[in-house]
Amino acid sequence: MLPVIAFYVLSAFVVGAAFMVVAARNPVHAVMYLILTFFSAAGLFILMGAEFLALLLIMVYVGAVAVLFMFVVMMLDVDFVELKKGFLQHVPMGVVVGGVLLTEMILVGAYSLAKPSQGVILAPKDSSNIKELGNVLYTEYAFFFEGVGLVLLVALIGAIVLTLRTREGVKRQNIADQIARTREEGVELVDVESGEGIGS
Amino acid sequence: MEVFGIEFSWLAVKLIQIGLFVAVLLVGLAFLLLMDRKVWAAVQMRRGPNVVGAFGLLQSFADFIKFVVKELIIPAGADKALFIIAPILTLVMAFGAWAVIPAAPGWVISDLNIGILYWLAISSLGVYGIIIGGWASNSKYPFLGALRSTAQMVSYEVSIGFILIPVILLVGSLNLTEIVDAQAGGFWHWHITLLDFSNPKSLVLFPIMFYMFVLFFISALAETNRPPFDLAEAESELVAGYQVEYSSTAYLLFMIGEYLNIVLMCAMLTLLFLGGWHAPVDIGVQFMPPFFWFAIKLVFMFFLFAMVKAIVPRYRYDQLMRLGWKVFLPTSLVAVVLVSGYVVMFGRLAVGG
Repeated sequence: MLPVIAFYVLSAFVVGAAFMVVAARNPVHAVMYLILTFFSAAGLFILMGAEFLALLLIMVYVGAVAVLFMFVVMMLDVDFVELKKGFLQHVPMGVVVGGVLLTEMILVGAYSLAKPSQGVILAPKDSSNIKELGNVLYTEYAFFFEGVGLVLLVALIGAIVLTLRTREGVKRQNIADQIARTREEGVELVDVESGEGIGS
Repeated sequence: MEVFGIEFSWLAVKLIQIGLFVAVLLVGLAFLLLMDRKVWAAVQMRRGPNVVGAFGLLQSFADFIKFVVKELIIPAGADKALFIIAPILTLVMAFGAWAVIPAAPGWVISDLNIGILYWLAISSLGVYGIIIGGWASNSKYPFLGALRSTAQMVSYEVSIGFILIPVILLVGSLNLTEIVDAQAGGFWHWHITLLDFSNPKSLVLFPIMFYMFVLFFISALAETNRPPFDLAEAESELVAGYQVEYSSTAYLLFMIGEYLNIVLMCAMLTLLFLGGWHAPVDIGVQFMPPFFWFAIKLVFMFFLFAMVKAIVPRYRYDQLMRLGWKVFLPTSLVAVVLVSGYVVMFGRLAVGG
């Protein structure tokens, strides 16, 4: 009873929030709705017994990726009139992409409805989520896993290369230098006659 | 009797547990706040709050009443809905994370087998209260404070994640109760002081894990926006950071949320490194209920937090980021490699002394 109610409530939240991501006028509100979508989707994961994936979704997407989204959106100076100008012009492209996605989803859904047992191997009841995932990830799919790691590394280095620029005349703090400085280098004691200053 | 397919008795027990946790936390927090101010005052050779109640014991309650009866001001240009949601979100997330914290054997609301991940996920959500609050105020100082604070919290979450891994590797579980039980049997089994001379190989872990403890402590300071990393509310630059526009109960919720997070960090330090509810020496007789050991360690960690606030000057923002990304992250990665190497070579530490 409760799981059914929870499923319908969470699904309603996912669909409603996903719609509001597109419909919201304020981009920051749109990101907030996106976060609500992620969060509700994580709830659906938990209902399916995949609590590890659910927490990972929250940690990675809600906790890190969406925060960066939010940063960018908050800093942008968005002109809504300008944004809406090209709307009609991009409609055909949007319809094509949306149509392709919808067809794919319907096909996958129909396939899994037709053959419910195919492709899904349920983990044994006494074993934990993490153990099973780790088992599959580091044995059968070890090379794919490492490949994904390499892709991420390339993305990381790419991002650094894109933003790294060397500028002339920038004074950088060298902490080792600062710590290695002695009193003799840094301080000079001068006996000053009263009323005369240090005469420089 | 069943409600929505749930046993009514189970539901009642859980609700009572949650109520107890919240009540104990809030009352405890009132006195911890007082202790914070007293320690701070003592370092500066002042007396601190001493008027309300004996030794100022009721000061926090007086402050509470003062906050609640003040007027809630919502700025005209603010995003009203988000402005009100932000402090509530902070408080809810701060309380939510306590659901997996075991205060004594079995004294836990939900003994999740991925408790640490739950805690990480919930604490990463705590960022939103701050960033939404800063943005919804529609004012420059709160916005700058929120940006600083968020960037800082996201950065240090990464290093906290890496610091947790050696502990998880040594114990072999993400369950907080199991992590605490792996440190039973005396202080030489605690992760902060792994000085078990009957198992000489494990001595190599001592410097690594002690260093991890120090890193976790400093990261916890940064994660909770405590001095010396309270750049989000650097009053000389940003007035008071993300909460400039907040007043009355909304501000109170922010403050309670912030302090709850600090106490939560103290609890995590206690559970992960200081052996949780286990006594320092196991002599076979229990003088105190396990909860008191947990509470004593937690209060001691809070005392350290208060001392740091009192004696350390504030960092500069670029120094803070450098420390997080260029010092903590690489060294904790090295520690992960070393500890996993140890686990592969010699196996995990014996569980339960």
